Amino acid sequence: MAFVQPPNTYRSGADENGHFGIFGGRYVAETLMPLILEVDKAYTAAKADPKFQTELTHFNTHYAGRPSPLYLAERLTAHFGGAKVYFKRDELNHTGSHKINNCLGQILLARRMGKTRIIAETGAGQHGVAAATVCARFGLQCIVYMGAKDIERQKPNVFRMKLLGAEVRPVNKGTATLKDAMNEALRDWVANVDTTYYLIGTAAGPHPYPTMVRDFQSVIGNEVRTQLQEAEGRLPDTLVACIGGGSNAIGLFHPFLDDKTVRIIGVEAAGKGISTGAHAASITGGGPGVLHGNRTYLLQDASGQIQDAHSISAGLDYPGIGPEHAWLHEMKRVEYVSATDDEALAAFQLCSKLEGILPALEPAHALAHVGKVAPKLPKDHLLVMNLCGRGDKDVFTIADALGAKM
Amino acid sequence: MSRIAARFDALKTQRRSGLVTFITAGDPDMATFQTILNGLPAAGADLIEVGMPFSDPMADGPSIQLSSQRALKHDIALKDIFAAITAFRKSDAATPIILMGYYNPIYRYGGENFSKDAVAAGADGVIIVDLPPEEADELLPALRKHGLNMIFLTAPTSSDVRLPTILKKASGFVYYVAVTGVTGTKSADASAVKLAVDRLRRHTKLPVAVGFGIRTPDQAKAIGAHCDAAVVGSAIVDVIAAGVTQGKPSAALAADVHRFVKDLASGLK
Repeated sequence: MAFVQPPNTYRSGADENGHFGIFGGRYVAETLMPLILEVDKAYTAAKADPKFQTELTHFNTHYAGRPSPLYLAERLTAHFGGAKVYFKRDELNHTGSHKINNCLGQILLARRMGKTRIIAETGAGQHGVAAATVCARFGLQCIVYMGAKDIERQKPNVFRMKLLGAEVRPVNKGTATLKDAMNEALRDWVANVDTTYYLIGTAAGPHPYPTMVRDFQSVIGNEVRTQLQEAEGRLPDTLVACIGGGSNAIGLFHPFLDDKTVRIIGVEAAGKGISTGAHAASITGGGPGVLHGNRTYLLQDASGQIQDAHSISAGLDYPGIGPEHAWLHEMKRVEYVSATDDEALAAFQLCSKLEGILPALEPAHALAHVGKVAPKLPKDHLLVMNLCGRGDKDVFTIADALGAKM
Repeated sequence: MSRIAARFDALKTQRRSGLVTFITAGDPDMATFQTILNGLPAAGADLIEVGMPFSDPMADGPSIQLSSQRALKHDIALKDIFAAITAFRKSDAATPIILMGYYNPIYRYGGENFSKDAVAAGADGVIIVDLPPEEADELLPALRKHGLNMIFLTAPTSSDVRLPTILKKASGFVYYVAVTGVTGTKSADASAVKLAVDRLRRHTKLPVAVGFGIRTPDQAKAIGAHCDAAVVGSAIVDVIAAGVTQGKPSAALAADVHRFVKDLASGLK
């Protein structure tokens, strides 16, 4: 393996064309290119505008309920018998996950751009619900593309979106999951360029989305820094987050990337096991490629055809990962590991019983890894895990997996 | 002179607009595709676009999505496409072949190997839907080295400010996307196309082909009047789809496609 020269900072990307090393970029059809450039220009202006930031902070505080607590999980800490385990409680946000952080930012941007119609893609439905929520709040039309297979396994979220006034359009094409929903949203955007804003839910897609979504999600890591300083008087030693597209993870990680003492771990979904091929671990089990507007790690065959992902968690069931993660992997700044469906299910049950918190199946993957590392760490080691969503949406899937009748 | 330049020169001499036909490689299977491909010049195709099937064709409508899926059932890869073009060249040395598709299969194959093997097989140009000029520099040197033209898409949304960015990297011809939308879903408007092509001609001397939203001989004639070539894709692919029952092509499928292309071409003669 070649020696990797560390950069002066890990926090300066993307460059002006949206690249993190060889990753990221703007691989889109020409019809969309002018729009993407317009979004970039509008976001750059908004980011520098104190009024935009004040408005965003206002809604984060009074609408989403930020800051979310940093909670010491005492019983899990005792159970693991090692590191002190803290949860960043982003499942307590309005709508039940970290997705609202990004949606509030992007909806304020869409309004600034004068767009009246919002489209979004969703896998687990958490982003769809958050998008439908902000559209209801600001009186904008909302269309959510969702794979037919995901609609089947996430019925409560589908109904929530409808109650919020969104139109949920099932996608039957391809594998009928998140990647196909994203294809269909891109097709919609190309046909409705004048009126429509595409509210992408994760830190992936063409530039500026990966950077913009990361910025909106970085509120997570910034709060952790302040809160842990108050609780322990110092930086964390280890950060752990689950990764599908990777927006909750990059939000937690990014503010700490230049703190060399902080070990950072991203947990991908290993599904039925990496060796079975039925997984969603793009870095552990995939390779570099180009899809959905960016170059990143993808699950693909030798001919470059995209392969199906599998995870018990619909939110991690995507054959790619945000481009900044691909870069952080190649720079060896962040470690990427994986946890299986079964490990996530066990972690879900453990957390429910010991902490009285039903975690979403997505962060249950992160917790599964915490269970592997925490016992070996000293008792003064500070580990922070992003509990990025609540598990209420998953109870049907879990009942099914456990063979329980509701 | 390249086959593409020679063909557009010939069309100019004949004072007519050309017909560009699109079919997906391996649709509905490799043998039927080869028969369709080999017969296209005689049916009236002046240039041929060969689609490189991709699992996630984001800029395509339902017709071409399904056509890609039919082809991928047979695991069609780039080497199979090159073999089909090699076979085609045994009977036709003049009709330009343009490979059209998405970037990932090319990226995985490697830009240098792709360019070398495509030219060796007898391909003349490439259209990569999701490789805009901003990202194309990673592939252009290899294409140029081996003599493969890079045909860029321009769209109604491409402003006068933006067009030079695209056109300075373009070669062969320029493809104008007549509708804002995916392939095969809206109809191109001839008067809007005229204005758009006039605008393009102020920026480039390259021939202009117009596609997306042309389905009938009348539409081909109306759009063709304002540009150097009209591209028909989804409508041809629909003829293929109609000739496939439970994954099996009908015996008359290739002949049906050729008859349809002949009708399209009649509008442009």
